[in-house]
Amino acid sequence: MSTIALDRGVRHGFSLAWRGILKIRKNPEQLMDVTLAPIIFLVMFTYLFGGALAGSTDSYLQMLVPGIMVMNILQASMTAGVQLNTDVSKGVFDRFRSMPIARSAPLVGAVLADVVRYVVCIVVLLVVATIMGFRVQTGPVELLVAAGLTIAFGLCFCWASVFVGMLLKTPQAVQGMMFVLIMPLTFGSNVFVGTDTMPGWLKAWADISPVSLLSDALRGLLNGGAIAGPLTGSLVWMVAAVAVFFPLATWAYRKRV
Amino acid sequence: MALAIRAEGLVKHYGETKALDGVDLEVPEGRVVGVLGPNGAGKTTAVRVLATLLRPDAGHATVHGHDVVKDPRAVRSLIGLTGQYASVDEDLSGTENLVLLARLLDHSRAGARARAAELLERFELTDAAGRAAKTYSGGMRRRLDLAASLVGNPSVLYLDEPTTGLDPHARNEVWAVVRKLVANGVTVLLTTQYLEEADQLADSITVFDHGRVVAEGRPDELKRRVGGQTLQVRPTSLRDLDVVQRILGDLTGVRPTRDDDTGLLTAPVNDPVLLSTLVRKLDDAGITADELALRLPSLDEVFLALTGKQTEGSPA
Repeated sequence: MSTIALDRGVRHGFSLAWRGILKIRKNPEQLMDVTLAPIIFLVMFTYLFGGALAGSTDSYLQMLVPGIMVMNILQASMTAGVQLNTDVSKGVFDRFRSMPIARSAPLVGAVLADVVRYVVCIVVLLVVATIMGFRVQTGPVELLVAAGLTIAFGLCFCWASVFVGMLLKTPQAVQGMMFVLIMPLTFGSNVFVGTDTMPGWLKAWADISPVSLLSDALRGLLNGGAIAGPLTGSLVWMVAAVAVFFPLATWAYRKRV
Repeated sequence: MALAIRAEGLVKHYGETKALDGVDLEVPEGRVVGVLGPNGAGKTTAVRVLATLLRPDAGHATVHGHDVVKDPRAVRSLIGLTGQYASVDEDLSGTENLVLLARLLDHSRAGARARAAELLERFELTDAAGRAAKTYSGGMRRRLDLAASLVGNPSVLYLDEPTTGLDPHARNEVWAVVRKLVANGVTVLLTTQYLEEADQLADSITVFDHGRVVAEGRPDELKRRVGGQTLQVRPTSLRDLDVVQRILGDLTGVRPTRDDDTGLLTAPVNDPVLLSTLVRKLDDAGITADELALRLPSLDEVFLALTGKQTEGSPA
């Protein structure tokens, strides 16, 4: 591909990302799923179970917020598939495809627009958490690294969502499927409770799950503590997710559109 | 005359279903060709192949000499697509939809805004320019669809059932727009389920059935084969059905179609004056009718006349 073609491809990707951002602005309820739900979890778990689980709500909050960030980003990344499926079902893609633009531009656009969604989610969550008493124990650099890592995690796992989105027929089916996948993934982890009291098979999974590892890495970054181990684990998962789901997603995308 | 679109032996199978089963199609530059057929006849599949959205299993097609499979990019820079399956984004406003498409066609920011405003003006959507497309009426939506397909000044336009689901007023608006485009020299391939639409807009009509071309010709040629209009009578009493059938048969010279369940008799006619003759004859015979009408042939009747068989799903 010549540089001119590449340049045009990127520009088309940005134009389509602009469309995605316009859509977020017009349908803020799209963001409700990924902003309100985590806040409800945050409030509920902190005040209901925090005292029992961690001795005090304050210490529980410090442990919970990084975990909820992961859960949040995972849910936000899953809307990519629903969105793409809607576009294909409604015929919007046919118009794009009948135009002389790169075939991957709509995909690139959808993923770029997702970054905006991720940023909004993380900011809203951290603001609410701060109001509730959460404090970053380290510094601004660590906070930025944590946020960047979370966004990168979302970008890696959104390919799973794109894959499912291109495989299933309707947006509703995609939504349902993603819910079924995400729920056990988030709860079967150390986001809400330590893994020590879990049965052996669950603990074995929860200790190495990408959600647990990234949660631990974020805890290290935001609260202080071990970073290297869980960070390495998270990065391995992220690379693995891209290695598996990016080819599958682009294959399904090319087959579908 | 040079051909804008040439398709030869197009085949597309979906499992056992032959969506296209060897279709040839030629559209001369600057003309409107109507593809007429019922649902599932292969009209949309043909448009999707010609718009580079679908690879044919066999056969080939060119748009202004560019092969749709080998050189899709060149084809895409020449075509515009509007219809059932190529749609605007309902969440975006009219302006935003058109600006997005103009940006994708490499207009500058300012150029894109200007192009959008110009098209909205032309399609009388300026007042609704800032509103989300989902708030538009059916007719406005279709006009925006049309505007969207024209952002890149295409020389070939595919209109896939552009008026399906529209009320007569909105349909007339769309027709007016299409006529203007044709006057500006755009080549149009139009698919439709309505003979009247093809008649109104097309220079020639190709009739599809089960993925094959079953008839071709100018609208008046086809209509002559079909019989321009249909005379419909439903006698008040089913007992009169035989008598009325005979009267109608004598009058039109054709054996009328008879539905014993509803008591409806239909026969194709070329001369509208026959209606008043029929009224007089029924009167003479002392027969009253619940329904008596002269109407344009339905697609079913066109099919019956052109192919000698009923369309699928219609009563035998």
